Amino acid sequence: MRKESINVSLLMSAVAVLALSLPARAQLTTLQQQEWLNSPAAVSHVGNITGNAKAGAADYRRYCVGCHGELGDGNGEVAPWLDPKPRDFQLAVFKCRSTPTGTLPTDEDLFDTIARGLDRSVMPPWNTFTKQERADLVAWIKHFSPRWQKEKAGDPIQIPPEPEVTPERIKAGEEVFGKVQCWKCHGVQGMANGPSASTLTDDLGRPILPYNFTEGSRPKCGETDRDIYKIFMTGVDGTPMPSFADNIKPDEAWDLVFYLRTLQPHNSVNAKERQIAKQLGLKPVSPQ
Amino acid sequence: MTSPRRHFAGYLLLTFFLVAAFPKANALPAFARKYGLRCSACHESWPMLNYFGQKFKDNGYQLMNDRDAPIWQNPSYWPVTFRITPIWHRISTGRNAVDTYGAGGAISGTTEQRIESSGFDLSGLDFHTGGTLEKNFSFYVLPSSDPTATFHFETVMGRLDNLFGSSWLNVKFGKFELDNLLSEKRILTLTGNGGIYQTYHFMPVGDGNIFGQIGDNQLGVEYMGHSANDRTRISASLLSSSDGNIGLVTGANSYTGFFTGSQAFDAGKLGVERIGFYAMAGEAATYYRTSGGVPIPGAGVGNKGFERVGFVGQFYLGPHFDLQVVTQHGSDNVWFGQGYGSATNPSNGTTCPVSGPCGPNATPGTVLPATARAPSWNGATFEAHYVYSPQLIFIGRFELERMSQQATVSTPGAPVPGNLGNITSYTIGYRYNPFMTNRAGFAWHNEYNWMHQDGTGPVFGVENLNSSELLIGFDFDF
Repeated sequence: MRKESINVSLLMSAVAVLALSLPARAQLTTLQQQEWLNSPAAVSHVGNITGNAKAGAADYRRYCVGCHGELGDGNGEVAPWLDPKPRDFQLAVFKCRSTPTGTLPTDEDLFDTIARGLDRSVMPPWNTFTKQERADLVAWIKHFSPRWQKEKAGDPIQIPPEPEVTPERIKAGEEVFGKVQCWKCHGVQGMANGPSASTLTDDLGRPILPYNFTEGSRPKCGETDRDIYKIFMTGVDGTPMPSFADNIKPDEAWDLVFYLRTLQPHNSVNAKERQIAKQLGLKPVSPQ
Repeated sequence: MTSPRRHFAGYLLLTFFLVAAFPKANALPAFARKYGLRCSACHESWPMLNYFGQKFKDNGYQLMNDRDAPIWQNPSYWPVTFRITPIWHRISTGRNAVDTYGAGGAISGTTEQRIESSGFDLSGLDFHTGGTLEKNFSFYVLPSSDPTATFHFETVMGRLDNLFGSSWLNVKFGKFELDNLLSEKRILTLTGNGGIYQTYHFMPVGDGNIFGQIGDNQLGVEYMGHSANDRTRISASLLSSSDGNIGLVTGANSYTGFFTGSQAFDAGKLGVERIGFYAMAGEAATYYRTSGGVPIPGAGVGNKGFERVGFVGQFYLGPHFDLQVVTQHGSDNVWFGQGYGSATNPSNGTTCPVSGPCGPNATPGTVLPATARAPSWNGATFEAHYVYSPQLIFIGRFELERMSQQATVSTPGAPVPGNLGNITSYTIGYRYNPFMTNRAGFAWHNEYNWMHQDGTGPVFGVENLNSSELLIGFDFDF
């Protein structure tokens, strides 16, 4: 009897821990959504374009609803067959941001994500939309979560000007790669085969793979050096990739960008980094 | 039962009927099954592509993420779709040549009569299969039948995309639809005259050039390039002048070039607007060498020229309404105008190497009439769509083809009306898709077409022809 009680207690505790560890889902009622849509706040601002949520509804239903669902909860009709799963807009947790970890993205972040698409998912680049249509969609997406009513988007992080690539910087980037233990997930050669790689899960407990720098696919949140800089200074919310804003200095972050470029196969932007790495005879970092 | 209760029960029954009869769009579809997108993501209304679908096609049936290779598909998935259309239609054709009978039942002459017929019918059957063989390697094969299930290859092509990593370098090879922005193969209408674009097939009366039909799939190779977001598109094709007929049965060495270019603009709340051009210039045989007086297939020589040029426009006026425009100026060499080109032997229709009218063979020594001249014409197609939702679309089309120069000079003894062969056509209709998934398409289709052609009465030669067709049916694929 006592053993059974302990088992039940353990089970309940586990359920409680699991429940607490899951991201909080706060869904608006239909009435609340309507009020929000009728309010002046149901807009987005991207440059000089103002997106209107109601105007985005038709495009959302035509293009997005199959994956993201009528309710924006990521449970569209094809979601069961997709991996990774579609974004749950009710949680308002977004991977690609210019804002600090834990904060809401800017409208422009969402606007850019729609056009860029997300590699290693079925989300294609929706760059056929007009800017107005994209801004409307951003406004519509925001109506799914009460977070947008209660919180403001975070302030975009400050990105210092990109310095010149030098051998010293690449060597320094290699040290940062080892120091903050990027290799634990991404592997010492950036092949997504670090010792923790197979154990990673996202915030909803679903298995997730780290980025493989060597296979040549586009980084999820953009291909420029600034985009890569942002990834590790803002983190990829909802995934195990944390923000290193408190751990590394901006200068070190640039060093890391340059080092990561050396891990990628030859492309249009990393010729110099790869050449320097070859001259330096860079070897994979040693696990520290 | 009290009256309010009866009303309530009635509403309940009505609600049940509506829900049962018109299920919500919710399933898994072909390319869509691979990628998890609804039909509506790529189709304005199936089968007509929207801008995103056009980009998908231009990328070689790829979304351009890292899920394009077939390794991402379920191994048991074979991308085949069939399409067929059971219909009821009523056709009314004016001025058919009809025999008249005299005493004893002998044919005494011919007159013109309107024939009206109606009944249940079938379209042909299409088997579509296409997709990626590997990232940036794709194919499309379409065996298509007539209503009696006699098959031919409507489309067979392989394509290489994004050569050297550039969206500006794409090549397709085989038999394919020309790069027409307003695609006839994805037309939303189904009647005999409304199911094609008259502008894409127009030929002057008596003209023998069947090779300039930009609506027909052609054999050849096409280079195509586009910007990453498909705003800018260009293409150039080298085609056999065979109108897509296989077996090298036409000219010995006759080729056609087809060129397109277009640019789209971001027009804010109106949508994306596109304007462009196309140009077709080619040569085709007018004389088939003979053996024992019988034309030798594939031995056509005496190439003469033809051209088709025009502008295209896709104009969106908000999320629900768009207008698509295609213009054409066409001209044929004087020999085509006199009926040479399409045929090998007017006395033996079975030897005609190509479908279409069998005309004379321009054997050596043939002399053109003094009144012969190169025919030319202008045409335009205006097609408007009102997209109530991805599941319901209304279609209206107006086409006009106008001769600017007849193939024969009009003389007092042999008058040739300036409007001979002019065509005016109206088509209206709607398509309702009670469901829309990425695996199957089903449309309730209703359409009416009316077409008028000047001066082509078969008996008296000067009367105008009017014909119409009403069509109702199911158009589905799976």
